[in-house]
Amino acid sequence: MTKTETVNHFSWTIGGPQGTGVDSSANLFLRSCAVAGLYCYGKREYHSTIKGGHSYFQVRVSETPINAHVDPVHLLTTFEKSAPLVHAHEVVPGGAFIYDPKVTNPDDLDLHPEVLRIPVPYDEILAKLAEELGLPLAKVMIMKNTLAVGASLALTDFDPRYIERALRGIFTGRKEKLVPMNVKATEKGYEFIQSQGFAEKFPYRIEARPDNPPQMVMTGTTAVAMGKLKAGCRFQTYYPITPASDESVYLESVAHEYGINVVQCEDEIASACMAVGAALTGVRSATSTSCPGFGLMAEGVGWAAINEVPTVIFDYQRGGPATGLPTRHEQGDLLFASFISHGLPPRLVVAPGNMSEYFEYSFHAFNWADQFQTPVIVVTDKCVGNNTQTIPPFNEDGLKIDRGKLVTDEELQRLAALPDYPGQYKRFAFSEDGVSPRPVLGQEHGLFWNTGDEHDEYGHITEDPENRLKMLAKRQKKLETALQTIPESQQFTLYGPEDAEYTILTWGSTVGPLLDAMPILQSDGMSLNILQVRLMQPFPVEAVSRILNRAKVKIGFEMNATGQLAQLTRMETGISMDHQVKKWTGRPISETEAVAALREIMNKKSQEVVLNYGH
Amino acid sequence: MVTSLDKPEKPLTARDYKSDVISDWCPGCGDFGIVAALQVALAELQIPRHRVISYSGVGCSSKSPHLMQTYGVHTLHGRSLPFSLGTALANPELKVVVTGGDGDGYGIGAGHFLNTGRRNADITYLVYNNEVYGLTKGQASPTLSLGEQPKSLPAPNPNEGVDPLALAICAGYTFVARSYAYNKKHLTETIKRAIQHKGMALVDILQPCPTYNDLHTKDWYGEEIEISGQMMPRVYDMEAEGYNGQVENPGDEDEVARKEAEALRKVRAKEDRIPIGVFWQIDRPTFMERIIPLNPKLGESPVCQMVIADANGNPTTDLSETCKEFRTDTY
Repeated sequence: MTKTETVNHFSWTIGGPQGTGVDSSANLFLRSCAVAGLYCYGKREYHSTIKGGHSYFQVRVSETPINAHVDPVHLLTTFEKSAPLVHAHEVVPGGAFIYDPKVTNPDDLDLHPEVLRIPVPYDEILAKLAEELGLPLAKVMIMKNTLAVGASLALTDFDPRYIERALRGIFTGRKEKLVPMNVKATEKGYEFIQSQGFAEKFPYRIEARPDNPPQMVMTGTTAVAMGKLKAGCRFQTYYPITPASDESVYLESVAHEYGINVVQCEDEIASACMAVGAALTGVRSATSTSCPGFGLMAEGVGWAAINEVPTVIFDYQRGGPATGLPTRHEQGDLLFASFISHGLPPRLVVAPGNMSEYFEYSFHAFNWADQFQTPVIVVTDKCVGNNTQTIPPFNEDGLKIDRGKLVTDEELQRLAALPDYPGQYKRFAFSEDGVSPRPVLGQEHGLFWNTGDEHDEYGHITEDPENRLKMLAKRQKKLETALQTIPESQQFTLYGPEDAEYTILTWGSTVGPLLDAMPILQSDGMSLNILQVRLMQPFPVEAVSRILNRAKVKIGFEMNATGQLAQLTRMETGISMDHQVKKWTGRPISETEAVAALREIMNKKSQEVVLNYGH
Repeated sequence: MVTSLDKPEKPLTARDYKSDVISDWCPGCGDFGIVAALQVALAELQIPRHRVISYSGVGCSSKSPHLMQTYGVHTLHGRSLPFSLGTALANPELKVVVTGGDGDGYGIGAGHFLNTGRRNADITYLVYNNEVYGLTKGQASPTLSLGEQPKSLPAPNPNEGVDPLALAICAGYTFVARSYAYNKKHLTETIKRAIQHKGMALVDILQPCPTYNDLHTKDWYGEEIEISGQMMPRVYDMEAEGYNGQVENPGDEDEVARKEAEALRKVRAKEDRIPIGVFWQIDRPTFMERIIPLNPKLGESPVCQMVIADANGNPTTDLSETCKEFRTDTY
């Protein structure tokens, strides 16, 4: 029956009701492959419920680094009745379907006839295991998902020693005692598949690559937390919200190791204000939220901007508006983040694209906040935030902390000794680059005032038009300074040849599927490059114009209904996109979709492509 | 960023806490007396000016920080407490004094008013309570009683007035007092006690608005009224009459329960006279004292003084131990 083997090019889906172990199965599967030296990308989908509601995890395993998921599924693994109904049609001919024959009849499903059907009698196998281990049945039954992973990997002839190693990595500390019984459960699954001869009929193989460099198995929210810690952030506020609070809860779990104070607030208004109040003392301070919470932070951002307080704010985008799609992905906040708060206060807006960038730009955000004394809004999203994937160990080389123009105690002592020092400091002194030296609350001889009103150089309220003219211009000047100071390599990246025919304008996590699609499209003969914009405010007008003006065809590509980066680009540069690819179903764009959408534009010249794949 | 905790070289006077900003309050405004009392209180306690952070929200009274020769942070309407809490937690060595109005604190800031009490951070909160929104021309504030109609209201107030002192006691404030803007001695003494209290202190200060509150004027508060055939001042010092709201032994559950009930009864009593003084005071662990046992590094130095980089700007935070959990070569 078989067939050419496909090695290390594999897509696996496991699904089931929320709370039945889907996430832990996926974690074990992904870690096993990662420990074996393979590159993995895990996409997590779940409902806004605690228990029930269909959730699934798709893990893609590859010989080379990957940046997105794909639509075809090579193996669908289920252990209850609902997931097969949702995902059966996704399994490719030649793929396989693992199910519990007690609850699922494959003939009832929209399953391709060439899909290998593998009934696994979970209950029988586990009952036998309970007997062997001398454990109560209920204790063993919860390992259905572990057994499913053992069975799944057995089908690919995966070396089971790596599953055991992954289990040791997952169950640590107090949970270490759970390792042996979980190893047994995976072995049972493994033995069942191998003894029935299913593996011989399955053409996909996962082969270990032990010589590959070690990776980290990371989620986006954790990568952000690590970037913050490295940057010296020691004060974080939050109000519980999906998907942002994973970051704060993680920070709280390691808080005692780093001495960071993580405060859960009464709402996001308080979160923003408290972070700013802390920053006034000189601590590096941040808050994290998602869309509705970000809306509540608008006034705090405005206050921080007019008072020139370095504050870092993360917005993990999800589907909007209002509560929208609270557990789903969208890039719907770009324009809101860019224009947040009345009076359009100066602020930096940056949108990193993948997990490594989440770490790096979390770090940079604090430097920028300090250098330009302004709120820095980091726009992230649910896709990277909640996904699990392999990434190289964080690149910490060359990371430097720059606290900007902080006034030292010695400088204040020197000033105080001058006969005409008024005993108070011109915190908002007019300056050429717009940035004024900054004392922090509590420094002797550094007295200043803050106010949400327009103010003079000491910070006292004034409505004098002359002062208003100069003070507002001073604050705006910082944006120019920022654009000149931040290296272009951080503002944006152009992937591919400079002189390509097609330029694709994109941002955030949507860069991932495009990067994976690029070599496929190039082999189609498409001449393309990808422009990933990170710095959204101040917008790199000249550089982006230069790149876009070189392109023959310009394509906007993003995960929202109106093409917000295309809109922003048109506003900032006057340049419009010729084509637009969009998606707003809440499910991230896959490599498969990216290839199809760009082929459609190349071949049919469609002006707009709206994507909708995925459950 | 090491700052000195030392007492000032020469004794400070109330004048030293006065900035050169000229107030734009109406003539006869009760706010003047409150700021003056705060300045005297700080001088009597000899707290160095740079250790005092005067916070406020938005409104007439919230302009107070500009009149203080201390650090001054004039924030957003209703948000003074979360802002100031950030400062108090990031540098517990500072003395945070928050001023603001009744609309700011009990209306738009009501959620923060409640939740800041729960945390018992070391903050002194002075609320200038005049029952109206002065800066926007005299609308009803949350403390105005049902059916009352000061001159700017087109119709009598359809809302119940809120009782900030009862709310504060229930929310976890550990010092709850009322004073009166024109009783300078009592007010100064009460502010001093509030500042010296370790934990979240509220002083609700009755403050006549001469422009918009024509019901509860300085004259009204200053009147003598007849009680059981005797003429007595309307505003009276309840502690001088024997009331004692201080919990002597916070570990004694019976005493705590009894005192709390007494305080709430006194706060809610429908008296003809208006009591001023400390209704409730208890020594309870502050927010920092609660979290330091779980996170001992926070007790070693304020977060704002933690070293995060060496002299060359290299980050001193080492993530390698934490990263082990994520690396594929460590298990």
